[in-house]
Amino acid sequence: MSGESVSKSVPRGPEDTPRATDDLVVLSGVNKHFGALHVLQDIDLTISRGEVVVVIGPSGSGKSTLCRTINRLESVDSGTITIDGKPLPAEGRELARLRSDVGMVFQSFNLFAHKTVLENVMLGQIKVRKTEKKAAEEKARALLDRVGVGTQADKYPAQLSGGQQQRVAIARALAMGPKVMLFDEPTSALDPEMINEVLEVMQQLARDGMTMVVVTHEMGFARSAANRVVFMADGRIVEQATPEEFFSNPRSDRAKDFLSKILHH
Amino acid sequence: MFDFLDSGQYDLLGAFWVTAKLALYSAIGSLIWGTALAAMRVSPVPLMRGFGTTYVNLVRNTPLTVVIVACSFGLDQTLGITLGADRSEDIGFRLAILGLIAYTGTFVCEALRSGINTVPAGQAEAARALGLSFFQVLTLVVLPQAFRAAVAPLANVLIALTKNTTVAAAIGAAEAALLMREMIENEADALFAVFAVFAFGFIVLTLPTGLFFGWAAKRLAVKR
Repeated sequence: MSGESVSKSVPRGPEDTPRATDDLVVLSGVNKHFGALHVLQDIDLTISRGEVVVVIGPSGSGKSTLCRTINRLESVDSGTITIDGKPLPAEGRELARLRSDVGMVFQSFNLFAHKTVLENVMLGQIKVRKTEKKAAEEKARALLDRVGVGTQADKYPAQLSGGQQQRVAIARALAMGPKVMLFDEPTSALDPEMINEVLEVMQQLARDGMTMVVVTHEMGFARSAANRVVFMADGRIVEQATPEEFFSNPRSDRAKDFLSKILHH
Repeated sequence: MFDFLDSGQYDLLGAFWVTAKLALYSAIGSLIWGTALAAMRVSPVPLMRGFGTTYVNLVRNTPLTVVIVACSFGLDQTLGITLGADRSEDIGFRLAILGLIAYTGTFVCEALRSGINTVPAGQAEAARALGLSFFQVLTLVVLPQAFRAAVAPLANVLIALTKNTTVAAAIGAAEAALLMREMIENEADALFAVFAVFAFGFIVLTLPTGLFFGWAAKRLAVKR
């Protein structure tokens, strides 16, 4: 499961550019413990520019933790993580700068409750990117239109449905012009009828060439939008393959067992 | 019964004006100092956390009289620190404010910290994920929500502060309690009338504070 074999299985990417510039996110030998629980065990994962990687697996397998280590919301015990060739700094200004290039969408939306939808999307632009207020507002409104909540701009998050809130959260992350977007179970807290509106936005993003890491239970999304499926269990990457290969012909018993439980009912 | 009010001998309004000024300046000061203490107590720097925790637990558990008298004897009479005042009344007034801020700041800090605890961890995580610095996360996202949640407990702190200004009489600040002491001596026959007048004066100061903060707490509450 080295970075070498991973990048060979990537279907996209120009052949003639050197590999080093093609790899956007590289995790190597990453280990993490929560107390006695070894939640990430020797994780090696390489994500290329423009690639959409879907991480699936049973709960407690470490997939959310994996997603959160990529912008260091969780620290790691050993191993290295690089983003666009730069190793992830431990803390301080450097870390903040790097995080601003990594968009994150949470399961529980986490929109700033005391700010309007528009202010939520403007905050990072103004305070981190130092964008002019007027330009920030223009960009925010354009992004809100793009995710289909432009008419809600002046409301507070609590006044929106879960699906609308999550789309605002996506717009907030996009406003920073991120190199890669991380989605940590973005539809798990949503009512069933709102899941599709969020998935559609994500699918559009994938088509536009955004590099994405998506932790999800939505197998339909994995099939239709992913370049690669990463299957995790018990803190390890057990298997990774293209969606067609993984869903029709899983190699490991663990993956077969998992798929048999979720696909037949 | 209340004839002593008409004698013109006592400047009741003036004394309560000093009380109000003591309360107002101390309130502003302790809100600022308490916020700084709260920021220290939640900061990632162990030294600041240690200082904040030690300071709060030390000062919060010291009687206010000791703090105020220590300001007078320790700063003024021993070290000669008078905060730029010449008249002994002014020195007492300024040192009393200093002592009240040092003391009340600890309660503001703890009220704010309880407010910070009502802000879901995800709010700070989302802010950090955008690339905001610790200071920005605190001032732009966490504290604005913490203050709104802490309005009701802060009202308690400010009401207690208003009444605590009476301790300033101990170091000669010319506020209401000092005048009350004088009136008790001179108007012994109308003792309960004197008490009633001063109790009423403090209610006039504190009741609107409580009502205003109760209204503000409802209005400013963050909907989740």
